[in-house]
Amino acid sequence: MIGGLFIYNHKGEVLISRVYRDDIGRNAVDAFRVNVIHARQQVRSPVTNIARTSFFHVKRSNIWLAAVTKQNVNAAMVFEFLYKMCDVMTAYFGKISEENIKNNFVLIYELLDEILDFGYPQNSETGALKTFITQQGIKGQHQTKEEQSQITSQVTGQIGWRREGIKYRRNELFLDVLESVNLLMSPQGQVLSAHVSGRVVMKSYLSGMPECKFGMNDKIVIDKQGKGGTTDEPGKSELGGSGKQSIAIDDCTFHQCVRLSKFDSERSISFIPPDGEYELMRYRTTKDIILPFRVIPLVREVGRTKLEVKVVIKSNFKPSLLAQKIEVRIPTPLNTSGVQVICMKGKAKYKASENAIVWKIKRMAGMKESQISAEIELLPTNDKKKWARPPISMKFQVPFAPSGLKVRYLKVFESKLNYSDHDVIKWVRYIGRSGIYETRC
Amino acid sequence: MTDSKYFTTTKKGEIFELKAELNSDKKEKKKEAVKKVIASMTVGKDVSALFPDVVNCMQTDNLELKKLVYLYLMNYAKSQPDMAIMAVNTFVKDCEDLNPLIRALAVRTMGCIRVDKITEYLCEPLRKCLKDEDPYVRKTAAVCVAKLHDINAQLVEDQGFLDTLKDLISDSNPMVVANAVAALSEIAESHPNSNLLDLNPQTINKLLTALNECTEWGQIFILDCLASYLPRDDRESQSICERVTPRLSHANSAVVLSAVKVLMKFMEMLPKDLDYYGTLLKKLAPPLVTLLSAEPELQYVALRNINLIVQKRPEILKHEMKVFFVKYNDPIYVKLEKLDIMIRLASQANIAQVLAELKEYATEVDVDFVRKAVRAIGRCAIKVEQSAERCVSTLLDLIQTKVNYVVQEAIVVIKDIFRKYPNKYESVIATLCENLDSLDEPEARAAMIWIVGEYAERIDNADELLESFLEGFHDESTQVQLQLLTAIVKLFLKKPTETQELVQQVLSLATQDSDNPDLRDRGYIYWRLLSTDPVAAKEVVLAEKPLISEETDLIEPTLLEELICHIGTLASVYHKPPSAFVEGSRGVQHKRLPPRAGSGESTESPDVGQSGPSEAPPAVIPSQGDLLGDLLNLDLAPPTATVPSVQPSMQMGAMDLLGGGLDSLMGDESDTMGAGLGAAPAAMPASLGSAPAVGGGLGDLFDLGGGVGMPTGSYVAPKTVWLLAMKAKGLEISGTFARRGGIIQMDLSLTNKAMSVMTDFAIQFNRNSFGLAPAGPLQVLTPLSPNQTIDVSLPLSTSGPVMKMEPLNNLQVAVKNNIDVFYFSCQYPLSLLFVEDGKMDRQVFLATWKDIPNDNEAQFQIKDIHLNSDVASNKLQGSNIFTIAKRTVEGQDMLYQSVKLTNGIWVLAEMRIQTGNPNYTVNGNKET
Repeated sequence: MIGGLFIYNHKGEVLISRVYRDDIGRNAVDAFRVNVIHARQQVRSPVTNIARTSFFHVKRSNIWLAAVTKQNVNAAMVFEFLYKMCDVMTAYFGKISEENIKNNFVLIYELLDEILDFGYPQNSETGALKTFITQQGIKGQHQTKEEQSQITSQVTGQIGWRREGIKYRRNELFLDVLESVNLLMSPQGQVLSAHVSGRVVMKSYLSGMPECKFGMNDKIVIDKQGKGGTTDEPGKSELGGSGKQSIAIDDCTFHQCVRLSKFDSERSISFIPPDGEYELMRYRTTKDIILPFRVIPLVREVGRTKLEVKVVIKSNFKPSLLAQKIEVRIPTPLNTSGVQVICMKGKAKYKASENAIVWKIKRMAGMKESQISAEIELLPTNDKKKWARPPISMKFQVPFAPSGLKVRYLKVFESKLNYSDHDVIKWVRYIGRSGIYETRC
Repeated sequence: MTDSKYFTTTKKGEIFELKAELNSDKKEKKKEAVKKVIASMTVGKDVSALFPDVVNCMQTDNLELKKLVYLYLMNYAKSQPDMAIMAVNTFVKDCEDLNPLIRALAVRTMGCIRVDKITEYLCEPLRKCLKDEDPYVRKTAAVCVAKLHDINAQLVEDQGFLDTLKDLISDSNPMVVANAVAALSEIAESHPNSNLLDLNPQTINKLLTALNECTEWGQIFILDCLASYLPRDDRESQSICERVTPRLSHANSAVVLSAVKVLMKFMEMLPKDLDYYGTLLKKLAPPLVTLLSAEPELQYVALRNINLIVQKRPEILKHEMKVFFVKYNDPIYVKLEKLDIMIRLASQANIAQVLAELKEYATEVDVDFVRKAVRAIGRCAIKVEQSAERCVSTLLDLIQTKVNYVVQEAIVVIKDIFRKYPNKYESVIATLCENLDSLDEPEARAAMIWIVGEYAERIDNADELLESFLEGFHDESTQVQLQLLTAIVKLFLKKPTETQELVQQVLSLATQDSDNPDLRDRGYIYWRLLSTDPVAAKEVVLAEKPLISEETDLIEPTLLEELICHIGTLASVYHKPPSAFVEGSRGVQHKRLPPRAGSGESTESPDVGQSGPSEAPPAVIPSQGDLLGDLLNLDLAPPTATVPSVQPSMQMGAMDLLGGGLDSLMGDESDTMGAGLGAAPAAMPASLGSAPAVGGGLGDLFDLGGGVGMPTGSYVAPKTVWLLAMKAKGLEISGTFARRGGIIQMDLSLTNKAMSVMTDFAIQFNRNSFGLAPAGPLQVLTPLSPNQTIDVSLPLSTSGPVMKMEPLNNLQVAVKNNIDVFYFSCQYPLSLLFVEDGKMDRQVFLATWKDIPNDNEAQFQIKDIHLNSDVASNKLQGSNIFTIAKRTVEGQDMLYQSVKLTNGIWVLAEMRIQTGNPNYTVNGNKET
């Protein structure tokens, strides 16, 4: 199991050091600093073995978190724990920075004592933790016996993520379907790989212990119900993802509140939600993805000292919808000496420090086209190696789900309190963002 | 309120100030002071001097302050054990507190205070807490048992905590169950045979029920524990799988990977014709792909595991090639792993896409990545025959880029392609030759030279090319030198008329001007071959080479099976068994997959043929052996890198023999033989049992030389394992050496621990200090079927090639069978080499004793031998150590003895034995 946990700043100074096992000594703290943080070369692996001691690290801005062990631990668990640790800290004091960590070091030690016992991760749900570890010192000394046992039963209980007795005057929930669409396209416009990774994020402000059921246009469910109709109908015929009947989900994973065995047997998603914001599910689709933009690159080398670049982008969704925050990044060679850019729409700039031309467009409606052309002057070099031509990448945000996912319902049942599904105010929003959206040139 | 100010105090006299503040009456001030202490502790300052003052703050009802004090205690209690006792009372009291949070805090902290004296006080409170009404306290107490076990295992057993812990598996609270499972699993690891977990269908059922209800971490503990269970039959196996599969949809990647581990393991037991088996295979792919959208560190862990899964069950991910395509912004460690998996998944169906990708990668920035991509193209060519041509043309395109390291890497892989497809792509040689000058890495130079030599008849100016390399012969690395030597000899055999001068030149460079024994030896062999029988030389040097295969980079099957049992853990990340990186008793157990299902229905199930062990093994040639392989087309010598260099001067060699030789005989040998003694004390007469290992070399001879006065033969050590089955694809070899009737014999036991029959055994030794070599072939007449053991005695001669080894009696052995070639080394007792006619004439002895220079003399003591001189003399004679004369001086017996070694070296010894004193003194003298 985890033998120790250290947090360092960018210089390698220790901010937090908590040792759980006897086989981890103070020298481990220094070993990591010397061999990883101060190592000149790029980190070649997130797991490092130094003198029979294994170090797992993750970095958040310029803070290093390292877990140390001498045993054959579950490596996936250690990383999951480190991520969770970051989530918990963020939930308590915001951004993970040197200042915040120093300001909250007592709190962090307290948390570490609670969520990691002898190196075994324990309940790390912030909802539960916040009931008895607070920034104003610890609760627990002036509570009634009932309150105390309620805390402990929640921390250890089956529904460790929600406490009893929550009350709202207005029962309300917000569902965000957040998708990132990933693309790798060849210069000829052939899709090399494309997938959508999506998340359903829920903000719930519901009283009591509500039982929820979530439904979406999952092909398997729709087909089973026999309402699916012609699922073979090509999704692209109706742009904007509004018309597609059902979508094939390659795989999905759920927050621990979802009853997985029920999903496995009936494919129904039922759960008692945590209070406040959390991620209900993640999913991935690869079929019939609506690619919101198409990038058509044209790069011509004119002699050894000049490049001509022309890039066309085409939006591919309903004309009534608007894409936002569009950014096209065209890489330039390291020996670029000057760039002239002409673009029809938006603003384009050559950023020497980033070796790229960055073209920004605030808004763009569907079924439109725009173009940029640039002349790149190069310094002559005697470097034999050809320029590697990194891909052209794109960023954007669109108000629909590129996978075609639709929320069909979210039903709320709370039998003990007198509010029904109809009384709950529900909001659904779809946001599609670019993930790694690249076209080779 | 910000706490960062506590980090900034660096002034002198700080400790003193803190002391005052800690003893302040004001609560707030106290708390501030403790915070400062903790901050100092964090940055590594020694604040242990404040121990009593901090502990004084413990008696407080302020929980935050209490936690801080506890944190301090955990850090410093070990350095101040006596003071730590002061804290015991508070702990005991806190364990009775009304607030469950405080009870749990106390029991949690107590377990972390590693002071023996305290642990005794801990037992009673812990016992109570294990039965506490509050689950939060119970789950904390469960972990505390593991803590206590780590400090004092005996105490935990004596107090019966293990039984209480087992009871907690049936607890009503899932988190208590999970922590109890975690604690038990860890304790069980240090008691490999205790059957502590005692998993049976009832407990498994309880675990599976808790699995649905506990936290994500608890699920991991339970799944990891389930993985160590061996279901009784395929039905039980299936029902567990059915209940574990829902976990594949968990958001926590570690839960998913642990579930995959359970499924991969239990799947072994399912018959392959079962519908469910197919369903399960299909269910595994999507979650594995989903792992690739996790954060990069987790992706890395997942990819290392997928690498194993793909080797074990390629069918799971065979359609998922695209998801392993490298993204431009992936961290380098993710890129390299993806590349590896792409090659493993490459098949005729997807090769076009893979090649297009690899070509793209070969233009990237990171040198390691580019090299690996180029190498991958070569591996694709070898793996997918239909693609070879495209791969070669892709490689040629890359060579045209003239990027130095790309060219070199391409040439290295093209050499392998030539070996896989002889006489097919030689048209590209001309292009390769154009790049000769740019090659500066030994591997690439060696590869190019090999190509020139191998195809000398097609390259018009082969002699010029090779000659150009010859100019800087001495500056080349060994690899290149060896290759150059072989290439020129090949050239000579192909075009004898024009290249006579060249071959003379290289042979003299190799044999006369080189200090490298390998090079010299190879040079001599060629020289003699060429001068005695050119036809034979042609047959040997230009013989057909065995084909290279893609299997070379696969993980060896027994290791792979073990690693599959460790999916998700560090072992699966390192691709090493836990014993390779974990200290102590933990992780030493080797995990195994359950036995394959389906043996009942049809032994000739079509899948067995595909699934590895019983498959007709391809001719595998370890890449390192390539160079030596050229020499005789059969690679039976250990890797050159391990061979130590030899002193060129004969005189020096002789000197070493005395120092090292006698050392080994009398001293060093005790290491090996002493170990043998320790292992089999029952074999010794009880009265002699006290002879300690220090007596080593001679001690053994005294003890076991047979009855008094009846020399029956030399001592034979019990057999020890020389080659582990794990390292040799299932072949285990143990053995020992004996000298019987003047003949040296190597007694071997060959055991087949693999699943397929082994045949075609052969053995060969590396050059060694005394020229030991097999006197005949290894006689294994019948094929060795699985689980069978065969004992063989191999007669040895001492007429083999000589090279000094370190240690002197080290012997490197290569054993070949139909599966592969394996190497191991063992050490023989020096007494093996003492010949029967080693009795020197008295006069000669006297003269020789005087003539030997003092430098050749060494002195030893052999301790604790309870024998008188006559018995000793008799026993030694049994091992061909002869007593020439005996003298008694001042109550001491002086024995003068002679020994002759197989290589004609005489060793003369004077042994002084004092009656009643068990210590012998030996003066050794050596003459060549």
